[in-house]
Amino acid sequence: MKRALLISAAAAFAALTLTACMEVEQTVTAEQRQAGSTVKRDTAAWNNEPLANGPKWTRGDRNSWEEQIKKRQLAQNESVRIGN
Amino acid sequence: MARMKFLCDAERCIECNGCVTACKNENEVPWGVNRRRVVTINDGVIGAEKSISVACMHCSDAPCMAVCPVDCFYRTADGVVLHDKDLCIGCGYCFYACPFGAPQFPQAGAFGLRGKMDKCTFCAGGPEPDRSEAEFKKYGRNRLAEGKLPACAEMCSTKALLGGDGDVIADIYRDRVARRGNKGAEAWGWGSAYGQPPKGAGGAAPAAAPAGGKS
Repeated sequence: MKRALLISAAAAFAALTLTACMEVEQTVTAEQRQAGSTVKRDTAAWNNEPLANGPKWTRGDRNSWEEQIKKRQLAQNESVRIGN
Repeated sequence: MARMKFLCDAERCIECNGCVTACKNENEVPWGVNRRRVVTINDGVIGAEKSISVACMHCSDAPCMAVCPVDCFYRTADGVVLHDKDLCIGCGYCFYACPFGAPQFPQAGAFGLRGKMDKCTFCAGGPEPDRSEAEFKKYGRNRLAEGKLPACAEMCSTKALLGGDGDVIADIYRDRVARRGNKGAEAWGWGSAYGQPPKGAGGAAPAAAPAGGKS
């Protein structure tokens, strides 16, 4: 009885600890699949909520996201940024 | 519609490798994998040395995408070429197809094991929930989803590396070229840096350095 208990406890311990050694699930299911492609779905950048301290745009509004990122792109031109 | 591209100004790049470091740090890229690197030609040849920073160029007609046997590549609405690591089999076809040597493979095993491909994502993550831990672990940080540009371009000290919509950065480059004049390779040396010495003032400028030597 005691032995059976010990064996089952060891098996449970092994099962719990060895899960870290298992392969990560990589199968792409039909729900995850992007339409017209084999790859998984990917969210568009503008469909995210802006970060509290980051640049601002309206969630889901592509134009507002593009406007703010364009400002950032133009800031790479030091002639404009410095006002030269 | 934005079409994200990189542009590196060879007249400005000072080979500081700041872009490489920024990329490594931002995306926690593993040892042995370099998503971005600086290539120098005519190294040490005075006046002829040029450097550019190279990574995935997010081609409009990407050869990696065309040759992939498992079709793991896709293009986002911004024109960024990304791939799905869950589908990648690490065959290396994309590495042979890419003219920029952008695809990288982690060499982590004792037997030359080739892992799943890794490349520049234009700091746009991959096909995992945006800004999630899974996305960060597999693909790195998703700065576009934070409303930012790639770390390499934003960190570039001389602004040699520009990142963003192809039209916008091409305009910046055009403006820059117009400002610095029709000089090209001659925009280098004592005269450009300090102005020409006054006529008749002997010994103001050093004699021309011999070609081919390191300064």
